[in-house]
Amino acid sequence: MTSMMTAPVARVEQRLLTGDAAHGPLPALTGAEIIAMARDAGITGRGGAGFPVWRKLSAVAGTGRPAVVIANAAEGEPAAGKDKALLTTAPGLILDGLQLVARATGAKSVHFYGPAAALGPIGALVRRRGEAVELHAAPDAFVSGEESAVVGAVSGRGAVPADKRVRITESGVGGAPTLVQNVETLAHLALIARYGPAWFRSAGTVDEPGTFLATVSGSVNRPGIVVEAGYGVPLGDLITAAGRRVLAAASDRVSAAGIQAVLIGGYHGGWVPADPTLPVSREMLAPYRAAPGAGVVIALPAGSCGLTETARIANYLAGEVAGQCGPCVNGPPRMAETLADLARRRNRPGLPAEVERLARLVSGRVACRHPDGTARLVVSAMRAFDADVSAHLAGRCLALEGSW
Amino acid sequence: MTDSLHIDWTACDGRGLCAELLPELLAEDDWGYPVARGDMTVPAALEPAAREAVDRCPALALRLVKQVQQVSQVRQPSR
Repeated sequence: MTSMMTAPVARVEQRLLTGDAAHGPLPALTGAEIIAMARDAGITGRGGAGFPVWRKLSAVAGTGRPAVVIANAAEGEPAAGKDKALLTTAPGLILDGLQLVARATGAKSVHFYGPAAALGPIGALVRRRGEAVELHAAPDAFVSGEESAVVGAVSGRGAVPADKRVRITESGVGGAPTLVQNVETLAHLALIARYGPAWFRSAGTVDEPGTFLATVSGSVNRPGIVVEAGYGVPLGDLITAAGRRVLAAASDRVSAAGIQAVLIGGYHGGWVPADPTLPVSREMLAPYRAAPGAGVVIALPAGSCGLTETARIANYLAGEVAGQCGPCVNGPPRMAETLADLARRRNRPGLPAEVERLARLVSGRVACRHPDGTARLVVSAMRAFDADVSAHLAGRCLALEGSW
Repeated sequence: MTDSLHIDWTACDGRGLCAELLPELLAEDDWGYPVARGDMTVPAALEPAAREAVDRCPALALRLVKQVQQVSQVRQPSR
């Protein structure tokens, strides 16, 4: 909490989104300088996990073995568009960042993994720059961007998550220490190399420095727009940047803005109240068990049913299981069906408790976090839309009645 | 250093042998897949049974590991 008081004011701004042209050449830095720079900047991964970049870099470099580095632009989430936007506006920064992490880890091979449509333009740029980067197409599937799935794809095994008994930073592609880094993270590194850690920290909060890219969709005038802002940016600023003039005050959420809740962190994220002052940071979203994640922000319009909308997303997620792990093949579909029963008011005794039990049953078990993320979303909906849950159990629906 | 059980979920096909051999540590979930009763740490007294469960897993999905390593990156922070 205290860091919010002392932090610089987060605002919507343009760093990555100004594109490639505004920046000079990449300074020559040693591997140790690059790792130190990432540590001093406090940059964390922008692919969703938010892991400190310097720790991954030093883990891979510390093995002393030739490494493999992979730029990850696989954005399997339907509501996410920030990596695609970055590939168009600042592909040079992405490739700069890739060269930086290759130098920092002593990489023997450098890879780019992303949507098939992006490989042509990226390949052309790689050739113009005279670099050696192998390109790999990511399948259009929700789990294809998960770290071990990326390693699987680059290894030719298929883009599905793998068992993680051994860390990828120790043994990934062909047994080599492997670094998988989201393309936005790489672009940030390219700017930090030019302007320094202190400049990077001039946006965001003390604990969560820097800017991030958000994809804002749902009930806004420009759905799918990509907005850059410092961590801690008020939720209302992100919504306003996407075309809503203003979110109403917390006491009068609905009438002015027409938004009843916001899903933050994407389909594996959590619902938060449509409070325009709510800072979008890991710290301030934690009470809602949400996190900025990969920056996906979805505004739920007033007059729609949050349970129905969440059941729709859960059904999509249940269809996106990779099909490898028993609890995931079975758990998310059962969770989605149970939530759908509640959404459609097909009541039976103990329905809400069954949703919570299934969420606990599938969490923390399998090769990737897909069931955990699905459970987080479903449980978050049960909390955020508790009035709707009560109404549905009584055979009514607040959205249909226009109670919003 | 104590051992703990590790399940490779991409290999496990839910035959249920491990839950039969190690009922103190493992139960079966709604679909017959093993689910930990606690934190998967194997007490010394259960080590022989744990080794047998590992050796007899038909899918070679069960292992004893010195300590479960943290996953370095996932799509979302685990809370």
